[in-house]
Amino acid sequence: MTPFTRDQMAHRAADDIPEGWCVNLGIGIPTLVANHVPSTREVVFQSENGVIGMGPAPAKGTEDLWNINAGKQLITLVKGASFVGHADSFAMIRGGHIDLCVLGGFEVAENGDLANWATGENDTAPAVGGAMDLAAGAKRLWVIMDHTTKDGRPKLLEKCVYPLTGLKCVTRIYTNLATIDVVDGKGFVVRDMAPGLSFDELQAKTAAKLHQAH
Amino acid sequence: MINKIVRTMAEALDGIKDGSTVLIGGFGSVGQPDALIEALIETGVKDLTIALNNAGSGRVGVAKLMDNGCVRKIICSFPRSSDPVVFETLYREGKLELEITPQGTLAERIRAAAAGIPAFFTATGAGTLLARGKESRMIDGREYILETALKADVALVEAWQADRWGNLVYRGSGANFNPTMAAAATLTVAQVQHIVELGDLHPHMVGTPGVYVNRVIQVDRGPEWTKEEA
Repeated sequence: MTPFTRDQMAHRAADDIPEGWCVNLGIGIPTLVANHVPSTREVVFQSENGVIGMGPAPAKGTEDLWNINAGKQLITLVKGASFVGHADSFAMIRGGHIDLCVLGGFEVAENGDLANWATGENDTAPAVGGAMDLAAGAKRLWVIMDHTTKDGRPKLLEKCVYPLTGLKCVTRIYTNLATIDVVDGKGFVVRDMAPGLSFDELQAKTAAKLHQAH
Repeated sequence: MINKIVRTMAEALDGIKDGSTVLIGGFGSVGQPDALIEALIETGVKDLTIALNNAGSGRVGVAKLMDNGCVRKIICSFPRSSDPVVFETLYREGKLELEITPQGTLAERIRAAAAGIPAFFTATGAGTLLARGKESRMIDGREYILETALKADVALVEAWQADRWGNLVYRGSGANFNPTMAAAATLTVAQVQHIVELGDLHPHMVGTPGVYVNRVIQVDRGPEWTKEEA
């Protein structure tokens, strides 16, 4: 069995984004998703610091220090791009105008609860950023993360242990082992799996019941 | 004649008192009024509550402001930016109070203050640790929590251009928190790259009307920040 790489996970998510969507990408693997959307498919990337129509990283020597994304990386703009301030940017997010947000995660529960900002109540200085706003406001929330922690503990659970970012907000999870939908009233539904992986093996790495798609 | 342009940092920051609440614009280094922050440190003001997105990095700017003991409390969304050494030390030692606010809620609390709205309901954070102690209400079958406006005594902002009326034009992603903060404080001071003649800013381009701005000071940020827009 060969797990998906970070780029493969990002590529699989990118394949599922249709033309015309306005998409916010979180920091980490989600940022890679933009690299895998073909330039022939028009998808508008929004960054919560007020950029609508974000393009790839600038070529050396063409950087404009005034243009960064939410991860504070230098960016370019595509034709048709626009800027707003933070209040308007988050009105766009909170008001349901973002078709999709892709975030990383610590844990996802079978009811769609997401934990991705703090590792405990006594976390020293938890940092939430815009994650709670995106979780509450985006029309759809996909999570890209490894299926288990580095020491093998499942990250897909019946109930999150870490403090929540949002309740019942995740609709799909792309892991290094599988793509899984979160279906209201049913739970985790497996769309597909890494080559050579059996359903039982996937279930063994998941701390909630998995359902077959068909 | 209206003229909000000042020549010295002493004039720009005159009258800022101990215990003030200070909004500081910017997202990372973009749109962050670095020169005003440095000058604020020089004033030796104490016991500030500051509100901004991050909690400073390294030992410069906002980090230095905290390191010098000027800050009692910080309201921010993401204290774990790159190299938050000063914040982490002061917070661990109990010398700094922290109020974590989701980024959009932070922006909206400031916008509400600017717009005369004392509080608002939002779904952001409902059912999470950050809802603790906050009133919640079901509206159309969804849970919302009550967040209060964040008024301030002072806003320090950065813009690209200004005129003597205090009209501000932003550049690139440099607006971020600045226009909202500029409108939410009793005293708003803007650090700008360029000062232009009244009438030279196209009305459609003005991101902050001068009515919100009290003082403007021109600061050269250096060549890498002043290249013309591509």
